[in-house]
Amino acid sequence: MRVALFVTCVNDTLYPRTGRAVVALLERLGVTVEFPLGQSCCGQAQFNTGYRREAEPLVARFGRVFEGFDYVVTPSGSCTAMVRENYPRVGSRARAEGRGEALARVADSVVPRTLELTEFLVDVLGVTDVGAYYPHRVTYHPTCHGLRMLGLGERPYRLLRAVRGLELVELPGAEECCGFGGTFAVKNAAVSAAMGADKARAVVETGASAVCTVDNSCQMHIGGTLSRMGAAVRPVHIAEILASTEEEIW
Amino acid sequence: MNGGVYVGMPAFPEAAEAAVRDEVLRGNLRHATGTIRARRAAAVAELSDWAALRAAGAAIKERTLRHLDHYLLQVEERVTAAGGVVHWAADAAEANRIVTDLVRETGEREVVKVKSMATQEIGLNEALAEAGITAYETDLAELIVQLGDDRPSHILVPAIHRNRGEIREIFADRMATWGRPAPDGLTDEPAELAEAARLHLREKFLRARVAVSGANFVVAETGTLAVVESEGNGRMCLTLPETLISVVGIEKIVPTWRDLEVFLQLLPRSSTAERMNPYTSLWTGTTEGDGPRAFHLVLLDNGRSDTLADTVGRQALRCIRCSACLNVCPVYERTGGHAYGSVYPGPIGAILTPQLQGMEDELAASLPYASSLCGACYEVCPVAIDIPDVLVHLRERAANGGAVSRRGTPVRIRPARGHAAERAAMRAAAWAFDRPGALRAAQRLGAATRRLHPRRLPGPGRAWTASRDLPTFPEQSFRDWWTRNRDDRQP
Ligand code: SF4
Repeated sequence: MRVALFVTCVNDTLYPRTGRAVVALLERLGVTVEFPLGQSCCGQAQFNTGYRREAEPLVARFGRVFEGFDYVVTPSGSCTAMVRENYPRVGSRARAEGRGEALARVADSVVPRTLELTEFLVDVLGVTDVGAYYPHRVTYHPTCHGLRMLGLGERPYRLLRAVRGLELVELPGAEECCGFGGTFAVKNAAVSAAMGADKARAVVETGASAVCTVDNSCQMHIGGTLSRMGAAVRPVHIAEILASTEEEIW
Repeated sequence: MNGGVYVGMPAFPEAAEAAVRDEVLRGNLRHATGTIRARRAAAVAELSDWAALRAAGAAIKERTLRHLDHYLLQVEERVTAAGGVVHWAADAAEANRIVTDLVRETGEREVVKVKSMATQEIGLNEALAEAGITAYETDLAELIVQLGDDRPSHILVPAIHRNRGEIREIFADRMATWGRPAPDGLTDEPAELAEAARLHLREKFLRARVAVSGANFVVAETGTLAVVESEGNGRMCLTLPETLISVVGIEKIVPTWRDLEVFLQLLPRSSTAERMNPYTSLWTGTTEGDGPRAFHLVLLDNGRSDTLADTVGRQALRCIRCSACLNVCPVYERTGGHAYGSVYPGPIGAILTPQLQGMEDELAASLPYASSLCGACYEVCPVAIDIPDVLVHLRERAANGGAVSRRGTPVRIRPARGHAAERAAMRAAAWAFDRPGALRAAQRLGAATRRLHPRRLPGPGRAWTASRDLPTFPEQSFRDWWTRNRDDRQP
């Protein structure tokens, strides 16, 4: 089984710890991970802001770079959803515009192989107890793409519940969007900030010391809001919790 | 009003910013949408075949829209055969002219109205007023809006932005100007408020000789119109007057009664969280000795055929106006409906208004961005309209222009104003991402200057740092870590 890590441009640039945690976690579970250096960005920001044509070269690149891998594991719900939900649209719209089959073929090829990290752990490796240790009170925010587009469902909760030392506390209004929304966060900054403030307050009220998600883009918004509020809650990616052991807490 | 957009409204971001600061409004909306959200979820969870019903609803609408030309002619034929008169209106102006002329022919100076989105879309009340005809809204919430000289902010509960105290004041101050005054000593008890409205409206029902309505559905096989409502006020209007004029969007058709059955299950649970709708009125043309003597059906296009020409956007025409997407929307919950500056607010408004009226208007062009794309609207929509997909599709049109249909003619529209800098940034980012060497150089520059990054950004970045701290830039990107520690090849 050849497994590639698609770390995503946000993690690569701003949250390299998350990428290193995925590598440590998967290696501990006996998976050899490769990191093709030709990878960059899935094109989500372009596509969602209305620049589908600008996303096309990135779609094509994704197809080239990850050819030949059995699985492409991605520590981001929204980037995984971009590939699975929107690559087929990029492909079919290019075809409808008479610009060939190439992008549609990329979609056909990568969609079934591209998995969000918790999907890969639970569905492919068949594990929920990854042998992690994380002695903190944690609340989980199911990000919109993970929740509604990918339908991650119970997977992240099952993984977190199996972590030794971790106390999982329920987040009130968990299913409500945090207000990030990519360029929405700056195009409609006032609404985004109001949504972020409500989410941050809900997080603080749980009394958790860390808020966990499967997506560092949302985390940048939630964590940035918490930090501005002066709250001591730490934003943490699920990979970093699952990578933690008695010897090394991430 | 201009095809569904209120003239003179600022673009969504500015209007939303003001709305977000209104604490009373936020409180009213949080309470109202929170309650109905939970009740809808419970009502839907009761049905084990909800997913199948939803798929059937979407499929019926999709198929009907595909063959709309056929069903429209069938409706015309059946309604005419049943004693009604069918009129065709290409746009708002034509529809208003038809209705105004029909009212004039009766010699009446006033009409009672059943709550209707189509007549709001065309600005019928204003058009009638110009012709010296007074239109009385009879839906309780529409009455509150009309008396308060206000605008609706929700498609089902137009006065959702008002609380009981505000409604009491509007009734006490304004009812006398429009008819029977509010009783002395009116309190904000819901029962008292309802009684005041009942007395005020009863007078109008008994006097009116012309009624104007919309319709939720038109059943093509018999030419039957259906109005569903909760108060019974609609039924008064539909049965008491001598003349009934119904203005109905051409997308409201369902082919058969069996199809109607699907929607009569989907609609009440999605809109009011009820198992069954309280008042369902159905009528076919005119009936001797029962109800109105004259019935006119005005079939309204007003941008619908053009919307139908767009293979991605046309799913918006499946909408049955249940308002579930508004109630669940986190953006709507914080801004209310007025910020959308459009007859159709919330997620459905954000995809319908820019299609029905075009995106030349700055406000209409800003609506597709009024969403974090969280997908909650799509999840609850009873006819499975993929609202986020249509939003993104319309953003593409705003950003780049493109081919659209206008009154049946294909035209190319220009990008909406204000997208040049964004387009340059998106192209530059895509260029860099397609060259991992350039990406790496940018990452290294960021790391080298990490101590110098300001806490608050200037320019467009200010929108981020006004409410959020920035993440600290790491010393080393993931790819640099990987190459140094995991890869044999050095960078
Ligand atoms: S778009 Fe769907 S959820 Fe929204 S009002 Fe229409 S039918 Fe209801």
